[in-house]
Amino acid sequence: MSAAGADPVLRVSIDSKWYRSRGAEPVEAVRDLAFGVEAGEIVCLIGPSGAGKTTSLRILLGLDTDYTGQVSGAEQAGMVFQEPRLLPWRSVEHNIRLGLPRARRGRDLDGLFGRLGLAPWRASYPKALSLGMQRRVALARALADDPRVLVLDEPFVSLDDAAAAELRGLVVDTVDGAGMSVLMVTHNVAEAIGIADRLLLLSRRPASLVADVPLDRERGARDRAWAEATRATLAALYPEIIAV
Amino acid sequence: MGALTRIASLLVLVAAWQAAALEAGSRLLPAPMAVLRFIIQEAERGDLIHNVGVTLLRVAISFGIAMVLGVALGVALGRSKAADLTLDTPLLVLLNTPALVITVLAYVWVGLTEAAAILAVVLNKLPNVAVIVREGARNLDPQLDEMARAYRFDRLTWARDVLIPQLQPYVVTASRSGLSLAWKIVLVVELLGRPDGVGFAINYYFVQSTDVAAIIGYSLVFMAVMIGIDVLLLQRLEAHVRRWR
Repeated sequence: MSAAGADPVLRVSIDSKWYRSRGAEPVEAVRDLAFGVEAGEIVCLIGPSGAGKTTSLRILLGLDTDYTGQVSGAEQAGMVFQEPRLLPWRSVEHNIRLGLPRARRGRDLDGLFGRLGLAPWRASYPKALSLGMQRRVALARALADDPRVLVLDEPFVSLDDAAAAELRGLVVDTVDGAGMSVLMVTHNVAEAIGIADRLLLLSRRPASLVADVPLDRERGARDRAWAEATRATLAALYPEIIAV
Repeated sequence: MGALTRIASLLVLVAAWQAAALEAGSRLLPAPMAVLRFIIQEAERGDLIHNVGVTLLRVAISFGIAMVLGVALGVALGRSKAADLTLDTPLLVLLNTPALVITVLAYVWVGLTEAAAILAVVLNKLPNVAVIVREGARNLDPQLDEMARAYRFDRLTWARDVLIPQLQPYVVTASRSGLSLAWKIVLVVELLGRPDGVGFAINYYFVQSTDVAAIIGYSLVFMAVMIGIDVLLLQRLEAHVRRWR
């Protein structure tokens, strides 16, 4: 699937990224990391914690410009951070509308509220919601302007299994319905095997691409046995990154 | 229960005052009723309303100017390291100059005018506001700033939805402490160089006849007005800006 579409929606090519802080040894966080995300594709970025995954996302989104290399496509991305990062002093609806540029902020979002089950909470403040619901609000904010690609940083972490599965289902349904792409950072290998079209495996610091693994089976046809077999194969090939 | 305790404590205070006045039996420690009589007389003459009104207007104008400039300065100091390094020392100097010195110098350099009086109060209060708001501007949540950048918030949206709500608690704190500071300084400024206002009146009764009933009467009335503003306006404002918690 990686060979689909001519123009990737997102393109990342980071030659190197160093963290230099006074009084500490400089640390190289990323080296020679290059990949693209094609239209309609779900790509998961997997690597050990502290490997530079979040750093790469920040560079991709233009939040960190102190690196060498090139990135493109951030302007058509909707971002979901690891913490919901909602404005606690604004209502759920206001928070979601802030995902739109000012000119379009008044548009009709009833469909989005309905799809994500947020309609009853429109007027609530984020603090009144559970973490799972807050994540949904953050997801709705990312989806508000119909982005071509959704960028997710560990979006299901610290949710219970049921809430994580529900939110995961919402993401997959939404992007499949809209032909949206997804770039998701995760350390949950099972989760990635469950939904990704392609896995990008990153090394320890400095992060670079170890493997680009397409998962060809239809998402609906992925059963437990297939997932376990896939995981075992990957664990044998890349024991550094994927534990058995 | 809270209100009852408050009233009880007030009654005890007035009773103690009454007892002390009886014991002293002196014009220099008038009883509560004597003070009340003065307030009524002064109100009937019209002087009370005039002086309190004039002082209130001075407090309002100088408070408003000091808040606007102080908030702007505080945000600049909190957001820009260069501004902070440049202005920190002058601010420290101003913060530690006695109110009396600032007032005298303002009258000497600007003249015995209304503008000098307002300037003196503003200069006295501005550093406090700036320092409190600077603290707020330093404590802005970097995660929310990053979110705002990822979503390409325009400047207006950023200011209205991200910056101002985070500064509000600091601004409310600054205005509550600032208001009581402002009115105390206004009285000094009036005493030194204005022909009307509560500060002038207190000085007049002091120099003229050491009329303690007048001095206590004026200060009680003005105190009541300021506490009223704090309770009716500022405390409600504070509750309003904290409603989402």
